[in-house]
Amino acid sequence: MNITRRQTLFVSVGAAAFFAMPAFARRLGAELDLEARTNEFTEGAEVVDGDGVVIKAPEIAENGNTVPIEVSAPGASALIVMALGNPNPGVVRVAFGPLAASQSVSTRIRLAGTQDVVAIAKMADGTFQRASATVKVTIGGCGG
Amino acid sequence: MADGVKPRVKVPKSASAGEAITIKTLISHPMESGQRKDADGNRIPSSIIHRFTCDFNGENVIDVDLLPAISTNPYFEFEATVPASGEFKFTWHDDDGSVYEDSKSITVG
Repeated sequence: MNITRRQTLFVSVGAAAFFAMPAFARRLGAELDLEARTNEFTEGAEVVDGDGVVIKAPEIAENGNTVPIEVSAPGASALIVMALGNPNPGVVRVAFGPLAASQSVSTRIRLAGTQDVVAIAKMADGTFQRASATVKVTIGGCGG
Repeated sequence: MADGVKPRVKVPKSASAGEAITIKTLISHPMESGQRKDADGNRIPSSIIHRFTCDFNGENVIDVDLLPAISTNPYFEFEATVPASGEFKFTWHDDDGSVYEDSKSITVG
């Protein structure tokens, strides 16, 4: 059987795609998870970048195991925080009760590496607003 | 139950009615993320506190769902309105079913 130049090309492209699959699939998995989480929170509603949410995070974190962040969203009823570069992007989900004096919360989170941290808040009028901050991480915090 | 779990909460002793006070909470807990491996390369199973709530006289202040990306010894700082004297109740729910509780009373005067 003669193998044409074209067939060789197809086979090599196929092989490359096959070997690239696991990394790609993992990446895709994380993205799907992110989308699922966002959709679960917003119930499919549109999310816009807005000034209603403010996320305070250090520009550079030396230790990814404990990165202090503060998210405030005046008037919001709930918010979620996601770290896009972590193996699982979900970080925290906060619901504010009637006695919350301000819709802001500070905590400490783990970041696997340099990445964007995104906060989405459900505002009082039912719309969703998003804010993000990039954190440079010197030492990642997800073990491994 | 994870060992040595100890909640610590900071609430002012008194406030004026309707005042917004800052509450700081910390609970010692390993928050094992499920991503780490032990010396033999086996994955350490995830074991975290997955929920934290704060109520004042039965009314909710904050309700937090925690995921493994929250650091060891989960810390939360937030603000609450104090309409009258009463008691703040803090509850942490562990993956293994344990519930850790703490409460602090505050006087309005």
